[in-house]
Amino acid sequence: MAKMIKLWVDNIEVEVQEGTTILDAAKETGKKIPTLCYHKDLAPSSNCGVCVVEIEGTKGTKRACSTPAWAGMKVITNSKKLRELRKTLVEMMLADHDVVCPTCEQNNKCELQDLAYLLGVDDKRIPKVLQKKPLDLKSFSIVRDPNKCISCGRCLTVCQDIQTVHALTINGRGFEGTITTPFDKGMADSPCVNCGQCTVYCPVGALHEKSDIDNVWDQLLDKDKYVVVQEAPAIRATLGEEFGMDPEEVTVGKMYAALRRLGFDRIFDTNFSADLTIMEEGTELINRIKNGGKLPLITSCSPGWIKFSETYFPNLAENISTCKSPQQMFGTLVKTYFAEKEGIDPAKICSVSIMPCTAKKFEANRPEMRDSGYQDVDYVITTREFIKMIKEAGIDFKNLPEEKADDIMGKYTGAATIFGATGGVMEAAVRTAVAILSGEEMADVNITALRGMEGIKEASLTIPLKEGGELPVNVAVVHGLGNARKLMEKVESGEKQYHFIEVMACPGGCVGGGGQPYNSTIADRARRGQSLYKEDAKLTLRCSHHNDEVIKCYEDFLDAPNSHKAHKLLHTNYFERCKITGDTIKETTSKH
Amino acid sequence: MKFYRSHILIGIDNTSLEAGVKEIEAALRTELDKNNLSDEINILETGSFGYFGTGVSMMVYPEQTTYVDVKVEDIPEIVEEHFLKGRKVSRLILNTNLLKKYNFNYKRRIVLDNSGKIDPENIEEYIGLGGYEAWEKALINLKPEEIVNEVKASGLRGRGGAGFPTGLKWSFTAPIKAEQKLVVINADEGEPGTFKDRLIMEGDPHKLLEGLMIACYAVGATKAYIYIRGEYKLCIERLEKAIAQAKEYGILGENIFNSGFDLDIMIKIGAGAYICGEETALIESMEGNRGEPRSKPPFPGVKGAWELPTVVNNVETIANVPAIIKNGAAWFTEHGVEGCTGTKVYTMMGDVNLPGLCEVDMGTPLRTIIDQYSGGMKDDRKFKGALVGGAAGVFLSDKLLDVKMDYNSLEEYAAVLGSGAILVMNDDVDMVEMLWSVIRFFRHEACGKCSPCTKGNEVLYTLVSKFRNGEGCEEDLDQMIEISQAMLDASFCPLGQSLIMPVKSAIENFREDFLMKIK
Amino acid sequence: MYKQIFNKYSPEKENLIYILHEIQDNHPQQYISEDAVTEVSEYINVPRAHIYGVLTFYTMFSTKPRGKNIIRLCESPPCFLKGSENILKKLRETLDLGLNKTTKDGMFTLELCACLGVCGNAPVMMINEDVYGNLTEDKIDTIINKIKGEAK
Repeated sequence: MAKMIKLWVDNIEVEVQEGTTILDAAKETGKKIPTLCYHKDLAPSSNCGVCVVEIEGTKGTKRACSTPAWAGMKVITNSKKLRELRKTLVEMMLADHDVVCPTCEQNNKCELQDLAYLLGVDDKRIPKVLQKKPLDLKSFSIVRDPNKCISCGRCLTVCQDIQTVHALTINGRGFEGTITTPFDKGMADSPCVNCGQCTVYCPVGALHEKSDIDNVWDQLLDKDKYVVVQEAPAIRATLGEEFGMDPEEVTVGKMYAALRRLGFDRIFDTNFSADLTIMEEGTELINRIKNGGKLPLITSCSPGWIKFSETYFPNLAENISTCKSPQQMFGTLVKTYFAEKEGIDPAKICSVSIMPCTAKKFEANRPEMRDSGYQDVDYVITTREFIKMIKEAGIDFKNLPEEKADDIMGKYTGAATIFGATGGVMEAAVRTAVAILSGEEMADVNITALRGMEGIKEASLTIPLKEGGELPVNVAVVHGLGNARKLMEKVESGEKQYHFIEVMACPGGCVGGGGQPYNSTIADRARRGQSLYKEDAKLTLRCSHHNDEVIKCYEDFLDAPNSHKAHKLLHTNYFERCKITGDTIKETTSKH
Repeated sequence: MKFYRSHILIGIDNTSLEAGVKEIEAALRTELDKNNLSDEINILETGSFGYFGTGVSMMVYPEQTTYVDVKVEDIPEIVEEHFLKGRKVSRLILNTNLLKKYNFNYKRRIVLDNSGKIDPENIEEYIGLGGYEAWEKALINLKPEEIVNEVKASGLRGRGGAGFPTGLKWSFTAPIKAEQKLVVINADEGEPGTFKDRLIMEGDPHKLLEGLMIACYAVGATKAYIYIRGEYKLCIERLEKAIAQAKEYGILGENIFNSGFDLDIMIKIGAGAYICGEETALIESMEGNRGEPRSKPPFPGVKGAWELPTVVNNVETIANVPAIIKNGAAWFTEHGVEGCTGTKVYTMMGDVNLPGLCEVDMGTPLRTIIDQYSGGMKDDRKFKGALVGGAAGVFLSDKLLDVKMDYNSLEEYAAVLGSGAILVMNDDVDMVEMLWSVIRFFRHEACGKCSPCTKGNEVLYTLVSKFRNGEGCEEDLDQMIEISQAMLDASFCPLGQSLIMPVKSAIENFREDFLMKIK
Repeated sequence: MYKQIFNKYSPEKENLIYILHEIQDNHPQQYISEDAVTEVSEYINVPRAHIYGVLTFYTMFSTKPRGKNIIRLCESPPCFLKGSENILKKLRETLDLGLNKTTKDGMFTLELCACLGVCGNAPVMMINEDVYGNLTEDKIDTIINKIKGEAK
């Protein structure tokens, strides 16, 4: 048991565990000390100085975010001196900031804007010192605007320490120091895997997705285009919180209704292809286990993870499932299966996806993702872009009716819904694999050992086989690329042996994706994941192999899971990538 | 051992190297040879004599004649007149009036007592003058806690700038049980106008090593590092040699003096960053990172380099330790003033007759230092002010010329002793220009980690530049003080916290200079 | 390519600054190339991003090719007091060169630096490893001409 200490924050007595920071101790008294660079998910960088407090009897100030409280200390969080000081600090930051709030991606979500407003600063008092630098626009996924950067260091912590990607660093020092990519080459020519976690944690809009909103509007307003849309599982667990609804509410019906009002011609659901993914990947797993194929099998849904593995673990290429991600399976089928069924010229189809992810933009633009004969997915917009479009179109989301998706590629099961949370793909795969291997449906499809926010989760299952005997299966689930790196190093060295591993690049899985609302905390991600599991529990169909539209798709078009045709359209291959530029060096697996 | 009639000490430092000392030394050898004097007269290379602007200097012992600004063409005359005929070459002797004033051979040199007297590349000369006796005494006769207590009792305070009591610092780390503890010497001397550590390392490297060894034994560290700024090539060279010699003599290494105590000393180098003089930034740099400071707590003494308990001390501080151990704390406290014992090495620069190093008792007023140890004001100009303590120092006006220079007394006047750099300015100097130069320095050296310092320096630079261009106004002066106060209150490390000193003192003490620039 | 240098240092991050110094000192253009960073990154197993961050933090390192003679003029207050601004002007005129630029013949690069710790001889500059103090405008001509002469 940690020792408890007593202190006073603005004369309010509080008892906290030894080691608690002043910031957290103040929170216990019901007081939030202003912060800017601090983020509760990240180790404090102590850069901005906004959280300074005074301690009675000591000289100077202390940073509340990183100073541990001590017994008997009397903290002053608000004084004339501190108010003036915080104002001056924020004014100095604004003097070196491109203050273009009305047009900024992060307008109304900006932590600097909030703070400036709350403190009542004067942004003209201190002479402007900003030296404008060019924007980094070459990446498919992420835009970096150095003129808005306040050097809080959150992106560095996320990119270096949590994701271990090391695409970002500091060039130079002092005022001229800039957060950028090595040798200032730009995100497109760096090891950046486009996970977009930097954009989620950036407090000021210096890092955001490359917007495709205008492109999508152009398509929607083009009468000659047939615009088809898919939405990832995680989207529905996020929209509610952005439209003043109960954040735990999953808003599938309203989401479809909003899409219809935006003018999409067909509203489908990525959940359909998530179920399809389970059929393909589950079959691949069973085949590998039965036929002595390469194990462990590692999931391939997360494009951030795919680029990461291509860069840092090219030796594991054959372990990675050949299945495309649900987005790309869907894209291929829209321009083949759907086009054929409906008799639409695929050249006229525009396929749009709504993703919680910035890496999906990169994935859609990968040159090999053209198995339909066209670019399979034309535009990817993030959750944030989608919300902006809904607001721009003046749609009253909260009061929309509950509508349904369209037929053919709009149905899904609970197994698909949980794809959005860490552990979900694994759980969905186990549900179907057990049914196929044992010939019997699972009595309880909830596999709680695989759920939750722990970085690396492991489970051992014993699956009874229909031909008699049983099959022991070891699985692992990781989320966050730092965790993935740790686990993969052990897999490569042989220290750890599994049959199947689920990897999601973003902490929390897709609900914590780089395209999700700014400042999505670990707690937000956990809650969204929980919402998806609750939604799954409400559904009658909870296993992918029960999705009748998927079954029909095989019957009418694909033949069977892992059939020749399925391989041609739904599977892909991988490359080794340069650790410096991220460019492909050579194929590591070949296309079937 | 060979006996010589005379010894000629030649000061080898950057100044003399630039002035061609090697050529002159060769000429001297040839000339002595030519006159068959090589067996009688010995040439010794030593470190800097501690004064500058005088080209190549040499001192002849035992008569202690100092020749300055010696050129190759002077050599035959020196040899013939001085060594053959016994007549001093008066035209080359250090200006006698200045010499009287300068009082070069003043006593009580604790830190610099050997500098300019011994060959720094020869351990035997150091030992010959009583070197490493303190180390032997410490290791054989004293317990670690006795050393810590002795240093505590001596009142020695850190000479890097902050003035933290050294014994107290050691006492935090000494009792910690850890597999490995470290002592790191901060030789990243970067405070503008400070070069005392360089001259200590160049002139008497073994003194630093001896002090370091004692510190290691006192706190229980078996590994030590000397972090030297990358620009100090000669120091690196001399210390590497000194470490090798100490190992060869069994003074350093395993089971030193059969005591069972092992110690290894290594050198780490910097690559050009003022901030690395801050102890946690220095530790980051040692580990191979950007030299950005760390949060305290944890303090380095508890968790420092590679998370090991790490004591970081300045060169000058540690160079005091052998004398304290050898002569005792009571002897040390005879020097200086109460609360601030010992001597202080100042680097005197600017408009004085004899810029260079001097070591005087703590508490000696600035007027005495200028008049008695630096030859007075150059060209008898009027004293306008002095920047005391380096860039992170204070612009003192003539009102403080008689204040005692020690940590406590200066604090009363919101001034600091800092690293001991004193830049003297005559009445021609424009303080706007000087402040601009100081702010430009900080702007260049701010590491960029924390926003208050990074942005603050840029804003200050913009504001002070306005005065330079004749565009400033009185409100700008108030804003400069406000910004530097905010930097004091919210900067992450002492770098940004320092700006208040030069900014406020320049504006308050020399306001006229700023007002004159307002159109 | 850098094997000889690597052999002197164990593959640990703490040796990074030493290694970078040696690579730069041994390069005829006195800089650290991208390829060098990649090799060091592989040798000590530290991301390139980290090395790049370190490289650009310290003023002694350069990521751009430089001249044979790097002139580093001290711009700190003691040298400033003694007229370093005039010396800078003189250097720029004599070499017909901007700050942080290299002459076309690759002979000189002109840089400013913080205190070199030779303030007793202010104003001061370093050309490669050599210190030049008590600078005057006339002295600049002499020094530059001497170096030019030696090169011929």
